[in-house]
Amino acid sequence: MSNANWPLWEVFIRSKQGLSHKHVGSLRAADAQMAVENARDVYTRRSEGISIWVVQSNDVFASDPSEADSLYEPADSKVYRHPTFYDVPDGISHM
Amino acid sequence: MKENNIEELERQFQEKIDNDIKIEPRDWMPDAYRDTLIRQISQHAHSEIVGMLPEGNWITRAPNLRRKAVLLAKVQDEAGHGLYLYSAAETLGADREETIDDLHSGKAKYSSIFNYPTLSWADMGAIGWLVDGAAIMNQVPLCRCSYGPYARAMVRVCKEESFHQRQGFEIMSTLANGTPEQKAMAQDALNRFWWPALMMFGPNDAESKHTEQSMRWKIKRQTNDELRQQFVDITVPQAEMIGLTVPDADLKFNTETGHYESGEINWDEFWQVVKGNGPCNKDRVDARRKAKENGMWVREAAAAHAEKRANRSKEKRA
Ligand SMILES: [Fe+2]
Ligand SMILES: [Fe+2]
Repeated sequence: MSNANWPLWEVFIRSKQGLSHKHVGSLRAADAQMAVENARDVYTRRSEGISIWVVQSNDVFASDPSEADSLYEPADSKVYRHPTFYDVPDGISHM
Repeated sequence: MKENNIEELERQFQEKIDNDIKIEPRDWMPDAYRDTLIRQISQHAHSEIVGMLPEGNWITRAPNLRRKAVLLAKVQDEAGHGLYLYSAAETLGADREETIDDLHSGKAKYSSIFNYPTLSWADMGAIGWLVDGAAIMNQVPLCRCSYGPYARAMVRVCKEESFHQRQGFEIMSTLANGTPEQKAMAQDALNRFWWPALMMFGPNDAESKHTEQSMRWKIKRQTNDELRQQFVDITVPQAEMIGLTVPDADLKFNTETGHYESGEINWDEFWQVVKGNGPCNKDRVDARRKAKENGMWVREAAAAHAEKRANRSKEKRA
């Protein structure tokens, strides 16, 4: 048996309290516990984090980049969702 | 897929690259782009891993505890660099196990610099200063590479590399300012590593068959000769500063261009080492193979432990 049987894990690190976990890379490990330990060794050698999430890469379901146009077009056409769409008369503040 | 369809996809792909839009793993890409990246990234990963061997050779013989801790941390960083890069290659569909087998069978290449032996403690200085210095010069432009995961790995690597070069230069300058014997040791290390370090940038542009396409794809952002020139221009004054002599009788500063002109690299030696006939090629690959074999029981035990733990938590839930 070799590494080939170890699943791939995606690693997410919270760099400090108050910030969300951010994807930093991936690694192979036999199980979740080992994935966390390996992530500690390779992704936090310079105090980059205070909390680690690992997720098996197989469990990530991703959107299809070739469908990006149809997925995101509805948002692109709704410019009125941004505050810059509106005219605010001169002299009005705190808005 | 129809032919004109592929042409259209290729046109869109090149348009993205020209507009500096990064390519991500699930985006369409030409097969040749994928293959080029897999080859380059896995070679790069192998270089990080094999690169641990010449320095690992001196960890137990470092002259004091500070130097030992620093060297250990540096070599550990290189292991991390290997991991980031193998992971980046995996995002392109490369199989991790196969990639490593290719290194062990001699099919895959790694940087030829690591096929030179480390004969004295001063070599730790020369490697950090020159070899990591040259690697940084190569890697900084790769932070802007068109392939997202490779570029992101390079950003991490470059951040970590900066102490590698400094610790090497510190070793060199300490020796160069020490006893006459220590200074001679530093000079000897520079003599042996200078030319192989220049070779790290690869063949001259005219001989480099992949450069043009790689530049068009923004996998490469500067040519071999441009990077080599930058390295010489930066490094020669550093050697002078610590009183060491660069072993190149033809080296001279051109006041008109503002650049150093160097002597001819021994390309015969370069190709010999690339083809496997360098002083340590066999040792390096043997050491990697042995490490894999000797680590087998650890990997087996970890897998068995993971299985046991999984079963136990299943029982608990039942
Ligand atoms: Fe490195
Ligand atoms: Fe390094």
